[in-house]
Amino acid sequence: MTSAAPSELPYDPTAPLTPTGNLRRRLIVSRVAQGLAVGAAFVAVAVLAIVVFDVVKSGASVLSLDFLVKDPSQYGVGGGIRSTIIGSAIIVAIGAVIAVPIGVLIAIYMTEFARPKSRIAGALRMGLDLLQGVPSIVIGIFILGLITLPQHEDTGFAGSVALAIIMLPLVARSAQEVLRLVPSPLREASDALGVDRWRSIITVVLPTALGGIVTGSILAVARAAGETAPLLVNDSTAPPHLTFNPFGPMPNVPVQILTASEALNPAGFATAWGAALVLLALILIANVGARFLLARSRRKLTG
Amino acid sequence: MTERDPDVTGTVPNQDVVPRQRIQTTAAVPVPAPPPQIAGARPEPARATVFDIKDMTVFYGTKKALDWTTLKIYRNLVTAVIGPSGCGKSTFIRSLNRMNDSIPGFRLDGQVLYHGHDIYAGATNRVEVRRRIGMVFQRPNPFPKSIYDNVAWAPRNLGLKSNLDERVERALRSATLWGEVKDRLKVSALSLSGGQQQRLCIARAIAVEPDVLLLDEPASALDPVATASIEDLMHELKNRYTIVIVTHNMQQAARVADRTAFFSLDPHEHVGTLVEYDDTNVIFSHPADTRTRDYVTGRFG
Amino acid sequence: MSAPSAAPKSRLMRFVANRRAAERSRGDLIMGALCLAAGLVAALVLFEIAYQVISGARPAIDKFGLGFLGNVEWAPNFSRFGAAVMLYGTAVTSVIAMVIAVPLSIAIALYLAMLAPRAVRTAVGPLVEMLAAIPSVILGFWGLIFLAPWVHAHVEPFLYDAFGGLLPIFGPPQTTGLSLFTGGLILTVMVVPIISSLSRDLFLTVPNELKEGAEALGATRWEVIRGVVLPSTISGVAAATTLGLGRALGESIAVLSVVGTGATIHTSWFQTGNTLAARIAQDIQYPVNQLQVHAIFYLALILLVLGVATNLFARSIARRYDVSRTI
Repeated sequence: MTSAAPSELPYDPTAPLTPTGNLRRRLIVSRVAQGLAVGAAFVAVAVLAIVVFDVVKSGASVLSLDFLVKDPSQYGVGGGIRSTIIGSAIIVAIGAVIAVPIGVLIAIYMTEFARPKSRIAGALRMGLDLLQGVPSIVIGIFILGLITLPQHEDTGFAGSVALAIIMLPLVARSAQEVLRLVPSPLREASDALGVDRWRSIITVVLPTALGGIVTGSILAVARAAGETAPLLVNDSTAPPHLTFNPFGPMPNVPVQILTASEALNPAGFATAWGAALVLLALILIANVGARFLLARSRRKLTG
Repeated sequence: MTERDPDVTGTVPNQDVVPRQRIQTTAAVPVPAPPPQIAGARPEPARATVFDIKDMTVFYGTKKALDWTTLKIYRNLVTAVIGPSGCGKSTFIRSLNRMNDSIPGFRLDGQVLYHGHDIYAGATNRVEVRRRIGMVFQRPNPFPKSIYDNVAWAPRNLGLKSNLDERVERALRSATLWGEVKDRLKVSALSLSGGQQQRLCIARAIAVEPDVLLLDEPASALDPVATASIEDLMHELKNRYTIVIVTHNMQQAARVADRTAFFSLDPHEHVGTLVEYDDTNVIFSHPADTRTRDYVTGRFG
Repeated sequence: MSAPSAAPKSRLMRFVANRRAAERSRGDLIMGALCLAAGLVAALVLFEIAYQVISGARPAIDKFGLGFLGNVEWAPNFSRFGAAVMLYGTAVTSVIAMVIAVPLSIAIALYLAMLAPRAVRTAVGPLVEMLAAIPSVILGFWGLIFLAPWVHAHVEPFLYDAFGGLLPIFGPPQTTGLSLFTGGLILTVMVVPIISSLSRDLFLTVPNELKEGAEALGATRWEVIRGVVLPSTISGVAAATTLGLGRALGESIAVLSVVGTGATIHTSWFQTGNTLAARIAQDIQYPVNQLQVHAIFYLALILLVLGVATNLFARSIARRYDVSRTI
């Protein structure tokens, strides 16, 4: 060794193992940073708690059986949520019927048919990413140009199509994640038995992944159920009466909340809070339930 | 294991180790080591003790990983830890600078005294422990930074910023890497070969001038040429550092180590156990325990 | 004797095998085609969105050109339209949201990925993500009733007193808390869950060996984070941030409720303003003339370009990040 190393250490190795040198200061910096991180997490959870608490507090006094079984009054101020909640359910359900099969098929293509590094799959992935990045109000404007303006009338169906476009990338992505978790020995076993690919997909792969696909779809539906912008653009002029016809204007909860809150009077606020509480409760319950099921089906798949 | 000699304890010349016999009913209270002059022929090395490990027992959750380890590690020697896989070698060495703390369920009973201070005492700060007891791991793990920054990072943290270039050069020279990298210090460390990366990790560790260097199978992922250069390096380094090296390669232990500890897996409880600890030439030429003899002669493991 | 019988048998076998292969490929072909068709639908939707928005905006583009972007006027009754006020409002609200949300989200992600005990991690992680599940209309309403008055009473006076003299953006509080500032705060709530959950997943991918390597050099927890974890994930975090920005730029309803829908550019962020998305949501219900509809489509086109651009940008940095990781 050419380098003449100093033989003495710059510290006393036999000193007690408490912080020496600049360590005391560094530990303070580290603890402050950790404290800030804890604080940040606390802030996020606190905001969630505050929002939920405020909605529950403001909505609970409005909530009654009457509120659930009565239609809204004419100008959205006062009344109940019967027609709007049924309208919302129909709009979202039609959206899901459109989006879920297409999303799952895309996911099957990406995981079962496309070769690794396939260009088509890459383009699809990018397309889904871009679709997810399109603001929901722009999707609303798109449907306005595509369906609502040519029809000269708001329809629940137009809202459904818009919501389907919002759900599609979410469904495709979550289904893809679950399908990837299906162990490939399952596929190879059916391949070895001479079973056709499509048969093994339908009889083996999909049933195994079903739990995950369903819960992923529930999350997407819950997300779409709260979307207001596309409905405001395409389905906001419905009279408050109960209707089961999606090809005409349909009352729905998000637009009801928005118009009632814009009324800027106590009766409107009361209606808005009641509807907000019901909507938030449904969405959060769907979320918690889906996450719980998702974790369980993942655990089942990954063993 | 059928030819186990039951009376090994009586013949152990060097009582750093109290091998625990399964038949020994008083095992819970290990016999304190008698003065080392007993053997007469080979006196205890007149070295300062760096680690005085007493009855170290390690658990992961409810599973016991290492049993009743008692030994001393001496200053400026290379101490090798050998044994079959799963015998607790890594657990042992990682317990010396508290790298196991982050493993869920880790618990250590007994004492690990470092210059007389308990490493696991409440007042002990583990960052301070690691500042004095550095470690190099099995797989080279350079940071995704430049070669220079890999070495300079820890000194900067410690506030050793004066003559940083000189410090980096000295560390790289000590790790016999300087000649290969001096013209490309700003290049990413990930561009180096595996052997170079491992020497960089050693340079990184000695740049902060630790008192002890722990090497956890440092050559296991390397080719023979790189391994040879790491071994050469160890001979250089032991003048300045106390080195503990875990290796699954017996020839390596024989080549580089002054003292060797042999760990084995208790066949009944599947717990790592220290079998024998002595000068390296004793372990390899006439070990006291038949299990050690079986292992070093290749009859086992 | 065996030879002549072997030939027809093998021919038969081959026939059967071919039949099966044909059937198999036909079934698989149909299934594959069906799946691909689904993918085609998605691609088609994407192009159709661009086509519809552009063609709807066309008359407004022809009339106003790029001057639309610089014009501060939005006067439907006089058929004069410009996006400058909304572009400014979108920029300000997004900047506010990102300035607060990025450090907050990174801190949350670090806590969830590296500091929190396992039990806390599994509880707090989903709670933070749950913030993203609150419908924007409810968040906007909450902002209108609870957040805006609180900001007006406590935050605005404080910032005005503390920094108002130095920074005119913190002007005197107005009659209500409906302002660009409150709009930015609401956006913060919406993007924090996005950035923090993406960043947390990134931090979890940092190899344990790297963290241990740093710890073994006597680094504190913060030094490990700052020296190893953040540098090796920085481009991924940037991509996550960009995705969050895309969300902030495009949010309409929640902002509409709290931004005050002002028609001019004010120096103070405590004054009202408007954003692109909020203006669309505000005007689309009752347009006064056809040109206004086209102008709204023009606004949507700007939003679409911003959305696609942020997304492509995020993808490009994320890809670079992947490459640097595999070297």
